[in-house]
Parts: sequence; structure tokens; C-alpha cells
Amino acid sequence: MRAFDELRKLEIFFKEESNRGCSIVELYELVQHAGNILPRLYLLCTVGSVYIRSKEAPAKDVLKDLIEMCRGIQHPVRGLFLRSYLSQVSRDKLPDIGSEYEGDADTAMDAVEFVLQNFTEMNKLWVRMQHQGPARDKEKREKERSELRDLVGKNLHVLSQIEGVDLDMYRETVLPRVLEQVVNCKDEIAQYYLMDCVIQVFPDEYHLQTLETILGACPQLQPSVDIKTVLARLMERLSNYAASSAEVLPVFFQVEAFAKLNIAIGKVIEAQDDMPVYGAVTLYASLLTFILHVHPDRLDYVDQILGACVKKLSGKGKLDDSKATKQIVALLSAPLDKYKDIDTALKLSNYPRVMEHLDNGTNKEMSNVIIQSIMKNRTYISTAEKVEALFELIKGLIKDIDENHQDELDEDDFKEEQNSVARLIQLLYTDDTEEMMKIIHTVRKHILTGGPKRLPFTVPPFTFSALKLVRRLQSQNENVSGEEAAATPKDIFQILMQTIEALSSVPVPELALGLYLQCAEAANDCDLEPVAYEFFTQAYILYEEEISDSKAQVTSIHLIIGTLQRMHVFGVENRDTLTHKATGYSSKLLKKPDQCRAVYACSHLFWLDEHNDMKDGERVMLCLKRALRIANAAQQMANASRGSSGSVVLFIEILNKYLYFYEKGVLQVTIDSIQSLIELIKQEMSGENTTADLSADAFFASTLRYIQFQKDKGGVVAEKYSPIKAEFAETS
Amino acid sequence: MVLVLALGDLHIPHRASDLPPKFKSMLVPGKIQHIVCTGNLCIKEVHDYLKTVCPDLHIARGEYDEETRYPETKTLTIGQFKLGVCHGHQVIPWGDLDSLAMLQRQLDVDILVTGHTHQFTAYKHEAGVVINPGSATGSYSSITYDVNPSFVLMDIDGLRVVVYVYELIDGEVKVDKIDFKKTTTSNA
Repeated sequence: MRAFDELRKLEIFFKEESNRGCSIVELYELVQHAGNILPRLYLLCTVGSVYIRSKEAPAKDVLKDLIEMCRGIQHPVRGLFLRSYLSQVSRDKLPDIGSEYEGDADTAMDAVEFVLQNFTEMNKLWVRMQHQGPARDKEKREKERSELRDLVGKNLHVLSQIEGVDLDMYRETVLPRVLEQVVNCKDEIAQYYLMDCVIQVFPDEYHLQTLETILGACPQLQPSVDIKTVLARLMERLSNYAASSAEVLPVFFQVEAFAKLNIAIGKVIEAQDDMPVYGAVTLYASLLTFILHVHPDRLDYVDQILGACVKKLSGKGKLDDSKATKQIVALLSAPLDKYKDIDTALKLSNYPRVMEHLDNGTNKEMSNVIIQSIMKNRTYISTAEKVEALFELIKGLIKDIDENHQDELDEDDFKEEQNSVARLIQLLYTDDTEEMMKIIHTVRKHILTGGPKRLPFTVPPFTFSALKLVRRLQSQNENVSGEEAAATPKDIFQILMQTIEALSSVPVPELALGLYLQCAEAANDCDLEPVAYEFFTQAYILYEEEISDSKAQVTSIHLIIGTLQRMHVFGVENRDTLTHKATGYSSKLLKKPDQCRAVYACSHLFWLDEHNDMKDGERVMLCLKRALRIANAAQQMANASRGSSGSVVLFIEILNKYLYFYEKGVLQVTIDSIQSLIELIKQEMSGENTTADLSADAFFASTLRYIQFQKDKGGVVAEKYSPIKAEFAETS
Repeated sequence: MVLVLALGDLHIPHRASDLPPKFKSMLVPGKIQHIVCTGNLCIKEVHDYLKTVCPDLHIARGEYDEETRYPETKTLTIGQFKLGVCHGHQVIPWGDLDSLAMLQRQLDVDILVTGHTHQFTAYKHEAGVVINPGSATGSYSSITYDVNPSFVLMDIDGLRVVVYVYELIDGEVKVDKIDFKKTTTSNA
């Protein structure tokens, strides 16, 4: 290339010479006497360039002469560089339409001829390189060829720049001539490179109009050419072109682009029987992208491509080839990305069939992709039919497909996977209660096939989905009276009972207990006493038989008492049974402080604010007194085992409860009882063996402050509180 | 000016699939100094997400939380204020403000943040404030019908805290604010 720069200086020299009166024609003759042919030709081209510029002869004549002369060099590399030089110097001097060198012709035909000829000769030289030299140097030669390929390709670039080359000339002359050379040279490297070049260099509008021609050349190429990449690139360009503006789309329809591409791809795949699977899939994937850009509304085209893919894959079972599976995942993800709504993908009948060919791991991966797509677009899946289709697609996540082949899945990954399924269940929803009921049935059917590993993840979201439906039915029934509702809360509760029961196979008793209690509360709101009672029974059974961990027991007790406290649907007998059991459980907790707290929590079971018939002051006080006894026992235990008295916190808590019920008007909570408890606390806190407990001190202080606040309020409240003596305790 | 985010009862994935997109876009990392969470996230992914919003994360355990090691109650001091967090299923009757006030006295805090009812409340009494940020995902609750997604942002400045509650009603985020001033308590 440096030589070219030097030659440029030479050119400038020649020009100056000619300006000084030396005739350019003479110069032209003169250089032809140079000794060696190669320098002679370089000089000739240089002078020729000045000659053309001087306009003393028409450009086309000089160019014709030069290109004939260059025939003198048949050595491939030298010839390539020489012709490349010729191309370079002639570039701005072509007799193009509108150029100053146009001459009297009205077309760019001469320019085109010139470039085409140069191209053809250069290609021949380039191909010839392949066959020069011994066979063992083949690799080296091919590398060299690869480095020089741009020299050949430049010509095509020049062709594309010629103004006079319009669509007609391209279609009639340029393309056919180029393709002729490409096909005839029968050289794999050249064919691949040049096809690609043609596609990249000429405008997309031209490609659309000459689709048949260029596609027609494809089967004529050497079988070893990577034609699928070429086709893929062509489709990519056309896809982008389609995406660039809506105005070009009608052209696509007009030339029946899809049909032609489809046929071409079919032919290629048929012809290259040994094409690896991933190659075929890549082609289909590119064509699919094309369809999504150009004919997004033609789901039948999309399905057609998927069908062709299935056909190609049929008989191959589950694929082992990771390149192929990657391509299939890309193929399947494309419609998801394009049609934000999963509904559309569900309509493609061949979609699940393609998924069948993925190995288990990739199948799950694809299922995850589908779920992520749904969640990203927050689309609700609104009919049971669609839910069925969706679950069929992602069945790898829902259950163990292959009984014998246990997936070695990392525990964390498995959790993540199942949590995605759980989140998906939240998105299966419709406002239509009848349809929603069908969805509930469908979901249930599928999750029960999941086995003990999956149930803890899928049953809770299912439960809450069903409970939400119960609520909706409740408000519906209020409006629509006298009509037979197709689905009733009772039906749903039955389903829930059976489904939560399935958790016992895992087992996860705490989770199941929580769910039973949720259902009990919902049944309470529907005034279904027997149903609520049954749920409580199941919860209690779990507590008695399955929950033995102390911490779990405490939480479960809180849930039981908290839920029971809100029940209003129970008759006296049922209520008594349940509260009796609850208080029993409370007093049997292992640690005394837990016992104490649970027992005084039970006191609330006997005082419901909104229901005057559920206010039993005596039993409230019984609970509180019992709690006090437990607190005392705890103190004694601490004394005996550690030699110092334990914390007075429990007493303070009970004191607060006294105040709570006193304010509510429970007569059994007398001023005396409050007062004596305060004294007890003060005593305990100032005792000799007492360990200082800052938090208990603070608690007591804030309690006394509270009493003072109430006194300061005035009115009825102040009256209640005034008899209570509660000065701040002295800290020893 | 210290910003404290209070939220909880997301119940992901049992009762909700994700935070509402409008909330997610508001919770930008780096703007908030502390998070107090009432529990029931329920899974690690949610924990990790909250950590990206603010690394100083304080969580109390809810009955459905996957992580069993969260504490039942937590206290922390921010500026002049002592805060306490507790899920609230342990305080019976659920949602009863007087019983919650008792817990507040026990923890000896100015601001008690609890959840479980999925209903936003801000209850002021002489000894302090009880705040329930509701459910950030608007998930089902046996206690409250028609839950709207909500969370709370507290702006603590000296002896004053401004409580902003963000509620998603019919697709629009509505903001309300409540002012609280702390009187310096006289110590015994």
C-alpha cells in the first residue's frame, strides 16, 4: 500500500509535467517502453489516470485500454494488487451518469462494464491462488487468500456506488453477471465471501426485488459453502429493513418475500442432507424473526415454521447437541418477546411439539423463560383452557416427567424454580367467577401431580387464590339473591380441605396449620359453622400430633388463639370446646414464660368487643389469675435454680392486661387487684436478691406513666384511674 | 434528615407475584438510609431485593417467613427516636391498638412498627406512635377486605418525624402525610 502512495506522488509529478507542456499522450507511449512488465503497467495506470483527467481522450477508451493491458499479468498476487491499484485510481474517473467524464453515452454501462471486467479477472486470479503450490501448504494459502479477499470485494463496493446503477441495471446486468462469476468459479471460499458481500453492499430494496435471482443461485453453490449463514444474514438484513419503516412492508407482500425464502430454505435443507441440526434450526430461527417483523399477524406462518422444525427434528428424540438446543431456545423465545401476550404463543400448535425435543434441563430452562416473560408483561392468564395449555408447556416444572431419571438439581435452584411457579399461579386470574372456578380446578389437578417436593411451594398460592375467589363469591351472593350460583364457597372449602390435606405427605405441619386457620377464618366470614369447625379440628390435630418444636408451638398457639379470638360463627358448645383446648395447649408449653404469655392471651378469647354475648369477665379473670400463678412459679424456679429471682417482666405484662380489661369494664378486675399487683411488682424489684433488669424497669416506668396519662385525660377515664396509686418507684 | 422505609407483608410468592411496578420504580437504591420490615416477605429473593434498595435492613419475623432466624422483635435507635419492629401476629387481639401500645411500652420505643393486618394505620398516643405500613403488595388478608398496596416512608429530623404513607388506589399512587413531634421524656 505504501507503494500506492509513492505512485500517487508520481502521478502528481506526471500531472505537473503535462501542465508544463509535456504531452500526456507522449508520456503514455513512453512508459510502455519500460523494461519490466510489472512496473510498466503500474506506470501506465498512473499516467492513464492523469490522461483521463486531462480529458484529452474519453475516459472509457483509456479505461478499456488499461484493463486490456493488465491481462499481461497472470500471476495471482501481483495481478490482484495491480488491478486493485487500477481500481483505486479509476474510481473517481468512471464515466458515470452525471460525472464529468461521462462522455457522450447516456448510461453508466461503460463504467459498469469496466468494473465488472476487473472484478471477474480479479476473482479468477484469486481463485487460482487456491491451486498453486503443494497440497501441504493449503492452509497457508487459504489464510493468504482470506487476507486478500477485500481487494476483490472492493469492486462490488464500487459497483454499488455508481450512480447510474439503478434497480433495472442491477437486475438486468450487474447481479446476473456477478452471480455468474460466483457460481462458475466453483470455489468455496470465494463463493461464501462474495455472496455475503453482495448482500451487504447493495441496498435492501434491490434485494427484495431480485430475491428470486439471488436465492436461485444458492443451490448452485458448492455444497461445502456455509449457505445457511449467508441466508441468515440476508434474512436479518431484510428483517431490519422491514422494521425500519412501515412503508416498506407492502413491498414485502408484493414480492411474496416470505414464500420465496421459505422455499429456498426448504431446498437448501433438503439438498444438504448432512447439515447438522443446529444449522437447520438457525435457518428456521432467522426466518421466524423475519416473519415476526414482516408478518406479525400471520400466526399461521409462525406455526408453519415451527412445524417444519418439528419435521426436521422428528425421529431424533431428545436432542443432545447443546448448540442445537441453544438455537431452539432462541427460536422459541422469539415469539414470546414479540407477542408480549403469552396467549398468542399458546395458540401455536407446534410450539409444545418443538419443546418435546429439548432435553429435560433445557426444557425446564425454556419453561422458566416462558414464566419470566409472563411475569415481565404482567399478563393474566384468564381461561381454564389457556391454563391447561400453559401447564402442558411447562410440565417439566410441575412434575417429574421421567419417573426413573431424577434430576440432580441444586436445592437453591429447585427452590427458585418452584417459587417462579408459585408466582405464576398468582397470575392465573379472571374476574368471571365461573371461569375462575374452572381455573382453580385445573390448577389443582396439575399441582397435585407435583409430589411432596413441590407441594409446599404450590399449595399456598393455590389456597390464597381460592380464598380470594371465596371473597368474590361472597360479595356476589349478596347482590344476586335467589339465583343458583354455579360455584359456592362451600364447594371451594371442600376442595381446599382436600388439597391442604395433601401436605401431610410432605410433611409441613406448621404451614398446613396456618392454611387451615386461614380457611377457618374465611368460613367464619361466610357463616359456615361446621366448615369452620372442621378446619379448626384439623389444625388442632396437627398441633397435637405433628408440631413438637417449642418455637413452632409458640407461633402456632399465637395463630390459633388469634384466629379463634376473631370467630363469631361458633355456637356455645363448639366455642367452649375449642377455647378449652386452646387454653390447655397454652398451659402445656414447655417454657414457663411462654406458658404465661399464652395463657393471658387466652383471656381475650372470653371478651369480644363487638359481641355482647361473648363477654365473660369471670373467665377473663380466671385466665389472668392463672397467668399470675405461672409467673410466680417461674420466679420460684429461678430462685431455686439460679439463686436469684428472675425477671419481673411477666408481672408487668399481666399488670398491663389488668389495666386493659379494667378499661373495658370487666368488673372482676378490681382496683384492689390492680393495686396489689403494683405493690407486688415494686416489692420484687427492690428485693435483695433481685438482679437489675433495665428493660423491666423501663417497662414498669412507662406503665406507670401510662396510668398517669389516663388520669390526666379527664372525664370518665380519669375517674376510673384516679383511685389507683402509682407513684414512680425508687430505683435502688 | 434521615429517611426510613417501613414496609412488610409482601407474601411473595404465596399471595402475590411481585411488588406493584409503580412502587418498584419509586424504591430507588441509595435514597433511603434504613429499612424496617414487619416480616412475611416470604422468600430470600425478596430479602435480597430489599438489601439492594438499602443495605441497613431490619426485619422481624412473620409466621410465613422462610428464614426462621429473624427475631420476633427488634429495636433500634435512629437520631432522637427509638424504633421497635414486630410482625404483630404475636399480639392478640390482632390489630388491637391498646394491646399494641402495651408492646410499645414493653419495648420502650417512641415508634412501634407492626404489620399482620395489611391495613395502614398510624395511631398516636401520649407515649408515642404505632405505625402499620400495610401490605406492600396489597396481598390477601383474612383480617382486612380490599387491601390496597401501601408502604410508609418516615423522615426523621431532630425531634420531629413526618410519616408519608404511599397507597396504590385504582392504579394511582396517592400520598398522605402525618406529623409527629416527640416531647423530650422526663426520665425517672
